Amino acid sequence: MPILALSNVSKRFGALTVADAVSFELRQGEALGIIGPNGAGKSTLFNLITGNIAADAGTIVFDGRDVTKLPPMQRCLAGVGRSFQIPQPFEKLTVFENLLVAGAFGAKKTEAEVGDRCAEILVETGLIGRANHPAGGLSLLQRKRLELARALATEPRLLLLDEIAGGLTEDECGMLVDTIRTIHRAGMSIIWIEHVLHALNSVVERLLVLNFGKIIGMGTPDAVMASREVREIYLGIEV
Amino acid sequence: MTDLTLTRWKVETRTKASSAFAIVAALIILLALAAPLYLSRSVLQDLFFILTLLVLAQNWNLLAGYAGLVSVGQQAFVGFGAYAMFALVILGGFDPLAAILLAGIASALLAIPTAFFLFRLQGAYFAIGSWVIAEVVRLALAQWKMLGGGTGTSLPREATRDMPALKLIGELFGVKSSGAGDILTYWLALLLAIATIGLVYRLLRSKQGLGLAAVRDNQEAARSVGVDARRMKTLVYLAAAFGTGLCGALIYVQKARISPDAAFSVIDWTAYVIFIVVIGGIGTIEGPIVGVIVFYILQNLLADYGSWYLLILGLIGIVIMLFAPRGLWGLFAERTGIQLFPVRRRLIGGPVPVAKKGGPHG
Repeated sequence: MPILALSNVSKRFGALTVADAVSFELRQGEALGIIGPNGAGKSTLFNLITGNIAADAGTIVFDGRDVTKLPPMQRCLAGVGRSFQIPQPFEKLTVFENLLVAGAFGAKKTEAEVGDRCAEILVETGLIGRANHPAGGLSLLQRKRLELARALATEPRLLLLDEIAGGLTEDECGMLVDTIRTIHRAGMSIIWIEHVLHALNSVVERLLVLNFGKIIGMGTPDAVMASREVREIYLGIEV
Repeated sequence: MTDLTLTRWKVETRTKASSAFAIVAALIILLALAAPLYLSRSVLQDLFFILTLLVLAQNWNLLAGYAGLVSVGQQAFVGFGAYAMFALVILGGFDPLAAILLAGIASALLAIPTAFFLFRLQGAYFAIGSWVIAEVVRLALAQWKMLGGGTGTSLPREATRDMPALKLIGELFGVKSSGAGDILTYWLALLLAIATIGLVYRLLRSKQGLGLAAVRDNQEAARSVGVDARRMKTLVYLAAAFGTGLCGALIYVQKARISPDAAFSVIDWTAYVIFIVVIGGIGTIEGPIVGVIVFYILQNLLADYGSWYLLILGLIGIVIMLFAPRGLWGLFAERTGIQLFPVRRRLIGGPVPVAKKGGPHG
């Protein structure tokens, strides 16, 4: 059974179609990359999966359960964890408290039960040194790491990463990719939107190409990068 | 990666200042409880006024500072609680003490339908809506002829004099029933203030309090990590209505005379309260305490200046908002790092983080 299955999911904003009959499946433990030009509807697709935007048509099945009509909170509790493209930390809370909220509510446990796990995630994501600092004072890399760490604290079974490597230096990007690869190797199912292709392709097993809300290509990174259509639409614009 | 199996993490909220403060607070409470022994009636009446304002301020702070619900219509619950208490005493023959408690419950019940309307509004519309609701409740109660309609009414003297609690206090302190009444209402205000601060602090230290702080900082992100933002705000709104209604009823047991204009006064029960919270420091428990003390001092200093009083009060409010947007306590806490009611969960112990190759930098 796939962990996530979208069938014919559509969304329009007025005259603009941002998701056009999108259908795909994600296997348990698989890492899927999503690429496409700016405005292709990548983040919208995430918002449809997390429930931040309601679909006009189609169904979204997560772990065998139809979640199409569920609000974001319920989907988080079902096991969908996400990072935001623009980091959205709880600024006045400390880094550790950011994770505590996610752990206590997202994983439905007491603070005492999730404290140790949150500390471990902070070590894994390299944020332990900032644990007791307010999240509002973090650098961009740290904010991106916090997005990842907070999503992990909800104990998700599907992790959605939205341009988590964007705006980072080469070294920073490399460190973040290592962290994500480790998480994936431990069995986490991941969907990852990214413009930094070499980072993405070093982790994911499959790529999905989106343009004007439509899937225009899907397959192994090598096959997708080799296809003429993708080269024209995507690489022609981005690289 | 460092080895995690050897040491365990610990989470702590207590600080040195807070441990010391806990002892000081216990002493202050003991001194305050014994105040009728060594303070005059007029001072007790002043303290009653301060304590009830503090309760209203803590409730508004919970609502606006923590749940982000900026209401300018909390006078709806002060007035409704007061009128419910009057109705229970005059028409139902209840003991005023029991009536105070029931009035609090009545205010929470009133909050259910008002929440239904208000929670459809956001930001400024929520604020205006809350004021409109307060006006509607005021106009409705002004029609109640049995409670004096628009001109209001007084509590019957026998109801306030014959309370069993008053006889006991009167004998204990050797005072007349009016003096005993002041002692009783002072004690009730003190208990209500302690209970309110205690409950708010407990809430903030609980898991729900952490969720509330997350909602305050970023509602969308809070939803995405599984926090039920709407439910949390609704519960805070109902709790604040209960506390505010209870306080309103207590204030009017002491006043013993009610009119719609006084009981639903937006200046007395909301504008002053907002001033107190904002100059003291919104979003902290210490803020309203500092704010109410400053407010009381200003009120006494400016008492002789008539309407200049409000103008100066407003001016001071604006200056503090401009130069210390987090209030006087916020300014103090920022400089010193002192928290008397700490809610921070600090992670301590565990493996010492080792700087890795090209480790995370600022």
